[in-house]
Amino acid sequence: MTENAASPNHLQLTRDGQLRHFLTLDGLGRELLTDILDTADSFIEVGERTIKKVPLLRGRTVVNLFFEASTRTRSTFELAAKRLSADVLNLDINTSATSKGESLSDTLLNLEAMASDMFVVRHAQSGAPHFIAESVTPGVAIINAGDGRHAHPTQAMLDMLTIRQHKGGFEGLKVAIVGDILHSRVARSQIRALNELGAGQIRVIAPGTLLPRDVESLGCTVEYDMGKGMKDLDVVIMLRLQKERMEGALLPSEREFYRLYGLSQEKLALAHPQCIVMHPGPINRGVEIESAVADGPQSVILNQVTNGIAIRMAVMAMAMGGQVAERQQKMNELNERGQA
Amino acid sequence: MSGKEHFSGVSLKITGGRLLDGLGSETPNRALLIQNGRIAATGDAAEQADADQVFDAKGCVISPGFVDLYCNLREPGTGQKGNIASETRAAAKGGFTTVCASPETSPVNDSRAVSRLIQDGAATGSPIRVLPVGAVTRGLEGEMLSDMAGLAAAGCVALGNGSRGIRSARVLRRCMAYAHTFGLTVMFRPENQSLAADGYAHDGLVTSRLGLLGIPEVAETASVMEMLLLAEETGVRLHLSQLSCGRSVEMVADARHRGVAVTADVAMHQLVFTESALSGFDSRFHLRPPLRSEADRQALVAGVREGVIDAIVSQHLPHDSAAKQAPLAATEPGLSSIESVLSLGLGLVQRGELTLAQLIRGLTSGPASVIGRAATLGNDDVADLCVFDPGAQWTPGSQSLISMGKHAPVLGQPLMGVVRLTLVQGQEAWSGS
Repeated sequence: MTENAASPNHLQLTRDGQLRHFLTLDGLGRELLTDILDTADSFIEVGERTIKKVPLLRGRTVVNLFFEASTRTRSTFELAAKRLSADVLNLDINTSATSKGESLSDTLLNLEAMASDMFVVRHAQSGAPHFIAESVTPGVAIINAGDGRHAHPTQAMLDMLTIRQHKGGFEGLKVAIVGDILHSRVARSQIRALNELGAGQIRVIAPGTLLPRDVESLGCTVEYDMGKGMKDLDVVIMLRLQKERMEGALLPSEREFYRLYGLSQEKLALAHPQCIVMHPGPINRGVEIESAVADGPQSVILNQVTNGIAIRMAVMAMAMGGQVAERQQKMNELNERGQA
Repeated sequence: MSGKEHFSGVSLKITGGRLLDGLGSETPNRALLIQNGRIAATGDAAEQADADQVFDAKGCVISPGFVDLYCNLREPGTGQKGNIASETRAAAKGGFTTVCASPETSPVNDSRAVSRLIQDGAATGSPIRVLPVGAVTRGLEGEMLSDMAGLAAAGCVALGNGSRGIRSARVLRRCMAYAHTFGLTVMFRPENQSLAADGYAHDGLVTSRLGLLGIPEVAETASVMEMLLLAEETGVRLHLSQLSCGRSVEMVADARHRGVAVTADVAMHQLVFTESALSGFDSRFHLRPPLRSEADRQALVAGVREGVIDAIVSQHLPHDSAAKQAPLAATEPGLSSIESVLSLGLGLVQRGELTLAQLIRGLTSGPASVIGRAATLGNDDVADLCVFDPGAQWTPGSQSLISMGKHAPVLGQPLMGVVRLTLVQGQEAWSGS
């Protein structure tokens, strides 16, 4: 109804603007995003040590709540939490509580009762982490590890870190995101981050069936023809194409999709010679990307994975810091009231 | 008089305030005398008459009682989400004297027995009139015709399919042709189910940003067009319920111009809120049809203003709290709205989007005529009326709401408009201070 309700910041930021949940990039300013990237940079060095640990989350319990299967994201969150010295509990909810008919709220309240400090949540429904932070366990830091088609903010931030490492910054960059934009939480978060960080041009390249309605309102231009869309690009981000898209009458065949929207060496040659190739993984070789490109010199796909750990460490450390500061502030206020 | 007294006496005189008829024409009220359930006198005659009780309506508006064409009372049902007693009391508090009970109960109202059950429940538990709407297909399954003539004989004022559409155009056509045989009105919420699919929000700016599954506008407009053509062909009296798109209003106006017997309604919240209500994933605003764009909202308001849309409904759909406590897509659609309809409407009047007359017409004579009734306050008319103070405030919240559903469209903020008195056939259905 109001602007206030539209911005998630009343949920994810403390009163003095620190992160306390990390739900979406909507509403987060350039300064905070840059802060996350800088913090992640400082954690990259930790990964290069023989003993890869810092004690920032010592004594804290982080629960990885994956309501949807994932290997890469879950392992990088687990590694990130362990490098911050947290105790980590991994829960695959698909196979436990919900199959016994327990509601999401009840599952979470039980976990909260086990004195958890942070939930890393992946869920098939858009807005699930938002719901948890707002209505279920507001005292636990919630990190969104991907919700439905809505947001995947840590993925977008690790992509931004990768771009910054290779391009030095964002000013004037021409970036394209190619493929299944409609179903992609990654694309939504990337478009938001690139806009906030000041990229020059953001193009989405896809057939009409894989684009959300009014996609330009997100801050991008639409290109149906990949040949035109590749022109002068500095960064091309390929998205994974789920095989079930053929069944929903969204696409005729993998073959036609690859021919029109797959990233081949010929298409890559249309971009700027220094153009980097990114993909949030896992990649479908021969569906959205040619092997020679995925493994080629312009590909930075494996850098993205490494950066994923650093970004997740940064976000977890910052959100926990915000939660602790907020709790401290509340304690102080209570004490003051008690004395008065 | 105080809130605790009851108008069970023989006569009541309402003095002061402004008197509105069902078309919204306004006259100052000198006095209104109610006797034996009817308006016994007005003006001079009423002023001079003696009465057992007197109600001072100074500063208030006296209107025919509101008529709701689409409301869920949740009975028969499990009782968790509401029942006839709780929801009709909420309706009386909202100024309603008549509600049409949706057939979407458990079991579905597709038989004389269930229709009777609802009416018996209302006879003992409801302070207001409850008119059942029967299911047009058996079990609301959209496959076989229900015993429509039997349902009408058992008191159903119209036939509909609740929130469940009819997938097959052939079945829809036969429903209309059969209903037309007996001169019955069919009420449908237009929605093409294959286009709506798994959607739960308006396919537009907010769904794109939040990655929600959209219901495109064409899911409604394609169905409106299909229904209008079928109604034209079969000659049935068609009522299109709960419109959400500006284009639908245009199509209804065109069809009426061609002579199609079509009427339409819109839910009050569609006139007030838009897709942006969902931008914080607020599950209260998970609605079917969804809240759409600002342009749609404005076109719907214009439809009410111009009389293309005959009626404003509550689309009251109470839930237990668990039904709304989940990620948006997993919640159940619907608002607990019947207590807020008048206040939201007065907000539109205050902002100059509707006149008070247009609002009252949409809540009284408009819906009444769809079901072949009248809503007037003349001599010898049945005394179904409400008296409300448009300037008084109340704050919706779990304490102040009477409905078992606490998910009202506005919570914790003051709203204008308090119903002081609701009378049904001269009997007090609600009185509040």
